[in-house]
Amino acid sequence: MHELSLTQSLIEIAVEHARREGARAITAVTLEIGALSGVIPEAVEFAFEACSKGTLAEGALLRIEAVDGLGYCRDCDREWPMTNLTDPCPQCGAFALEVRQGQEMTLIEMEIE
Amino acid sequence: MCINCGCATPVEDHSHPHNHDHAHGHTHDPATAGATRTLRIEEDLLAKNNRLAAANRVRFARERLLVLNLVSSPGSGKTSILERTLRECRARYRFAVVEGDQQTANDAERIAATGVPVRQINTGAGCHLDAHMVGHGVENFDLPATDILMIENVGNLVCPAAFDLGEDHKVAVLSVTEGEDKPLKYPQMFQAADLLLINKIDLLPYLRFDLEQCKSFARRVNPAIVIIELSCHDGSGMHEWYDWLARGVDAKRQAPLA
Repeated sequence: MHELSLTQSLIEIAVEHARREGARAITAVTLEIGALSGVIPEAVEFAFEACSKGTLAEGALLRIEAVDGLGYCRDCDREWPMTNLTDPCPQCGAFALEVRQGQEMTLIEMEIE
Repeated sequence: MCINCGCATPVEDHSHPHNHDHAHGHTHDPATAGATRTLRIEEDLLAKNNRLAAANRVRFARERLLVLNLVSSPGSGKTSILERTLRECRARYRFAVVEGDQQTANDAERIAATGVPVRQINTGAGCHLDAHMVGHGVENFDLPATDILMIENVGNLVCPAAFDLGEDHKVAVLSVTEGEDKPLKYPQMFQAADLLLINKIDLLPYLRFDLEQCKSFARRVNPAIVIIELSCHDGSGMHEWYDWLARGVDAKRQAPLA
């Protein structure tokens, strides 16, 4: 549900950059969303359409790039793919791997005209 | 006028459709029209909230305030724990409370009845408090004359996990009438919390809630989490929570000022 406020800040950031550049419109926005961020990409897409209305970002193409989760096991000194924060280390079974990747929610780049 | 967020300044909106009321022959096609450019941004969507949370944190540290962000699903007993805590500890500490709910001032009225200063924030459609709301929510408190600021977040185990308010600790409340697997279902929240209060333990004899299993699930998500079992109804375990608060207040009083 907090995808709504995240999307509002996404649009705020994008519009601010676009204005600074004197852009007339934002035509595309690229986001990175980590698999462990708790953010549902579909909800962001839905919110983007609603929140961008009447802003420079209205009608912009939204590209969402998924970032895979990566966890580090201190005991095994190894990194493993993670799809869930509760995944154990596949080697020793330890829980609470240190998340090294997958919690991103980042506006990467955008196209303006 | 807010120095952190500048939100009292009217937002100037320069976006407008490029329409004119006058008839003239230009094409609205300056040299750049139609030319798209790519801007590299790499900005975290939470950057603004994190910046305001950092400003809150600096302000709270200056006043040596212990600030707790209470999070849970609706109905776990956050407000009831607060009520009892305020009644039993207000001789020892000076409290202030921020109440977050989508609607109503019911919780703030319950807190006000204890005599502690309280401010209700209604988030409307919002599912969580953010650092901006809290920054303004504490404006009318006498912070230098406060020891502990309790922020009761909107009852929701998902969204408040992502929004730093500038607190020292997130305190998760889980009641035994919920499932023991809540920490596995909502790992973000239990990972972000430093303390877990397991509430309503007076009801354990009537339930099939596996307390040990619940604690092991919580530690699986967050091995460092401190767990206190209590009942704000019959008072059992409350002293452990008060001891935890006392340690937090002592740490604040001894902390070097930044």
